[in-house]
Amino acid sequence: MSTTTTGPMGYDEALEAYEPVLGLETHVELGTASKMFCGCSTTFGGEPNTQVCPVCLGLPGALPVANAAAIEYTIKIGLALNCSIAEWCRFARKNYFYPDMPKNFQISQYDEPLCFDGYLDVEIDGRTVRVEIERVHLEEDTGKSLHVGGSTGRIHGADYSLVDYNRAGIPLVEIVTKPIVGTDRLAPEVARAYVTELRELVRAIGASDVRMEEGSLRCDVNVSLMPRGSSEWGTRSETKNVNSLRSVERAVRSEISRQAGVLAAGGRVVQETRHFHEDTGETTSGRSKEEAQDYRYFPEPDLVPIAPDRAWVDRLRTELPEPPSVRRRRLQAEWGLSDLDMAAMHNAGAIELVEATIAAGAPAADARKWWMGELARRANEQAVELVELPVTPAQVARVAQLVASGSLNDKLARQVLEGVLAGEGEPDKVVEARGLAIVSDDGALGDVVDQVIADNPDVADKIRGGKVAAAGALVGAVMKATRGQADAGRARELILERLGVS
Amino acid sequence: MSSDLTRKSAAQLGELIASGETSAVEVAQAHLDRIAAVDPEIKAFLHVNADGALEQARAVDARRAAGEELGPLAGVPIAHKDVFTTRDQPTTCGSRILEGWRPPYDATVTARLRAAGLVILGKTNMDEFAMGSSTENSAYGVTHNPWDPSRVPGGSSGGSSAAVAAYMAPLSTGTDTGGSIRQPAAVTGIVGTKPTYGGSSRYGVVAFASSLDSPGPFGRTVLDTALLHEAFAGHDPMDATSIDAPVPPVVEAARRADVDGLRVGVVREFGGEGYQAGVEQRFRETVELLESLGAKVTEVSCPHFAYALPAYYLIAPSEVSSNLARFDAMRYGLRLGDDGTRSAEEVMSLTREAGFGAEVKRRIMLGTFALSSGYYDAYYGQAQKVRTLINRDFDAAFEQVDVLVSPTTPTTAFPIGERADDPMAMYLADLCTIPSDLSGNAAISVPCGLSPEDGLPVGFQIMAPPLADDRLYRVGAAVEAAFTDRWGGPLLDTAPELGGAR
Repeated sequence: MSTTTTGPMGYDEALEAYEPVLGLETHVELGTASKMFCGCSTTFGGEPNTQVCPVCLGLPGALPVANAAAIEYTIKIGLALNCSIAEWCRFARKNYFYPDMPKNFQISQYDEPLCFDGYLDVEIDGRTVRVEIERVHLEEDTGKSLHVGGSTGRIHGADYSLVDYNRAGIPLVEIVTKPIVGTDRLAPEVARAYVTELRELVRAIGASDVRMEEGSLRCDVNVSLMPRGSSEWGTRSETKNVNSLRSVERAVRSEISRQAGVLAAGGRVVQETRHFHEDTGETTSGRSKEEAQDYRYFPEPDLVPIAPDRAWVDRLRTELPEPPSVRRRRLQAEWGLSDLDMAAMHNAGAIELVEATIAAGAPAADARKWWMGELARRANEQAVELVELPVTPAQVARVAQLVASGSLNDKLARQVLEGVLAGEGEPDKVVEARGLAIVSDDGALGDVVDQVIADNPDVADKIRGGKVAAAGALVGAVMKATRGQADAGRARELILERLGVS
Repeated sequence: MSSDLTRKSAAQLGELIASGETSAVEVAQAHLDRIAAVDPEIKAFLHVNADGALEQARAVDARRAAGEELGPLAGVPIAHKDVFTTRDQPTTCGSRILEGWRPPYDATVTARLRAAGLVILGKTNMDEFAMGSSTENSAYGVTHNPWDPSRVPGGSSGGSSAAVAAYMAPLSTGTDTGGSIRQPAAVTGIVGTKPTYGGSSRYGVVAFASSLDSPGPFGRTVLDTALLHEAFAGHDPMDATSIDAPVPPVVEAARRADVDGLRVGVVREFGGEGYQAGVEQRFRETVELLESLGAKVTEVSCPHFAYALPAYYLIAPSEVSSNLARFDAMRYGLRLGDDGTRSAEEVMSLTREAGFGAEVKRRIMLGTFALSSGYYDAYYGQAQKVRTLINRDFDAAFEQVDVLVSPTTPTTAFPIGERADDPMAMYLADLCTIPSDLSGNAAISVPCGLSPEDGLPVGFQIMAPPLADDRLYRVGAAVEAAFTDRWGGPLLDTAPELGGAR
């Protein structure tokens, strides 16, 4: 499609020549118990086509009835995004044929969204970027197609296709930003930070579990470039269904490089849908949008208009949770953290986990230490998010408690966590099963200390001569001899005591 | 006894069954016999539910024998227009594309009447997806008018009107989108009501034009029609456009049958060019009759009614183009060309090409065009403005009068084939009925005599404000009583005998 075969341009080079303009369309599946227009369950992962009825299958004669809880969640999301809430608005039909859409039209909203004109502030490197929100509207999800055979997993070239309508009719909120300009080289980070912030906000409201890996939060990334000094926006591409935070950032970066390569070679960016590939970090061309599809939108005649009562909207406003950014500032102050430390926790998705660990009885510093240290390392090793590790804040709090009481030292605690992650049970059970109780009784430890002093007469002499710092070497020897199970503090005390310098 | 039972009114049959003078089974069998005798000539039924009807009748007799209190229509047979879903019988909407489709669910109307003990004789013929005024657009052949089998029985609910007029059923259901109940009632000499839009549930009624479709009753008497109206009308939570208000007291009004002091407005615009002289004559006589009964008659102008037909032919096809998109061969109904070599799109296209008739395709194309980007405002948008103006005409008129009256249709039943190739001539049959569909108010057609030039029935239309459906029955019953008196019996008694019963 591109009129050039030249490859992508390096990111820095691309940014010298061009300025990126972003647009983000995010779809959030709401966590209502029933679907948008019928009573079917919305539970994820059911056997195909078991959560369906005449309404969500679009059988002849069936009619939709709007889910009030979904409207309430949408208004709450709109309010949290500082939007105006429509006094009166309607659903509209978006008409196009596709086998996973039972009625061959999607009930959506067109020129009368439920919420409009808002913003969301995100922080990047201590700088606040305001992302303007164009609209927040409510629609129904489609079914899911599985294309069997062929190499691409897409409909073209497939031998046959299967459709699961369990997802058809699940309420979907679409949140569309206005064009985001002036982010310059931070564009990929802004995109990621926006989606991260939006996800937290939706989760705080309780409107969705916002799991990108299950598709309950999906993001389309629009990118265009304009030459430096120009004020005219370029042609945009739309990268569909980018399904992780990291991919959002990579997709923007990749599109900037690709488009810059095309433009620099005298080519033309084609308005099209693109697909992002996790493995290569690049996008490939999908459907061309040059001939824009005519969806023939018109007001949905099977549903009555929505006219949210102002008193109700005001009440919903008072029910909104503390905004995530405000909450972070509050927690940062409570925990006494630097901006850098807080940002690191935010990026790692550790804030809720640390908060829950503190609530389970751990001191703030300990909670943070374990999640951002040992557990972050393990998550990184396994390339999973912290929250996905099979350990609970309560378990981490218990480990911290065992350390504080002297039953474990840090090294042993790490082994306990390893056991918990391996599915060996609660921390106390792991301690018992692995025999990880610390050696701190003076009798056993005293014997080891005596032996170590006897084995290291030179060091012992130095200490006796006042070089207390040399005690570290003996403590190390004690720990080695006990395979780490000694209480290092107590060992040091005993060494100094034995050598008469305490 | 058998032929006697088919001549009884539904009210009488209900009483005879309740008193034990006859049984529901005897009544069902009498009607099944009548269908066997005359339907080969009339062709009102697409499906006769002989075994099912007798089984339902036995169940009603058993409930009665067990001492259960049943409603006034328990055991009375009914024929359903083939647009209402029935879980035990096929539902085709007169279309090849739904040939043999057995819905897994009942329409609300069907379900309510089943619960009230009505016995379903079968499903009646109709213009494909209710688009037409003659039943000539049915994929399964034309229905014949019992008054003159060379003429049409009206449409789209022509099977239902013919079945009742030919004594094959005492009651039937229909749907009125542009006149599809009132026009067939008029040309077969029976009573048909279009209830207030939202006054009867559309759930399980295969949609033609969602903002216009009104399910309604047919009967040979005004009281029968009111009894049926009351039995299925009322709020349905499964239909978002259903009105949450009590059903107007239609049965009480039909029994009251008095027009003394009632203000009656004659719509000035409905008459003159294009109106059959005999139709106008009978209409004038009926107005004079009302005056003689104590009504205060005035002439009322509704200037925008002249634009109702063109507005209707933009709004209805627009909704059709979207509503009928679901017939795509993927989930139910006809599927052609699925030989393993063709894509889903090709199968959809082949199936729709062969499965839809010419009039349906014409309206899908009209509607697709009217909703297209760039044309929406000029066509669909403009038509909606006309709709508002027609509403205002009605509002202004109903400030001056209690009901409006007009001929139901400009001519008597036309010969089969006469307008089949001239859509514009066919559309004119709905000239007087369309305004009430566009505004959503209530209207009825009652017989007012035979046109002198062809000896065929003429219908008298009464229109009332939304939710004032009871006024239709008050006026209709008064007209019926006075004419029955004048003619020495019901108009239908003068219809020629059919087939075996001759």
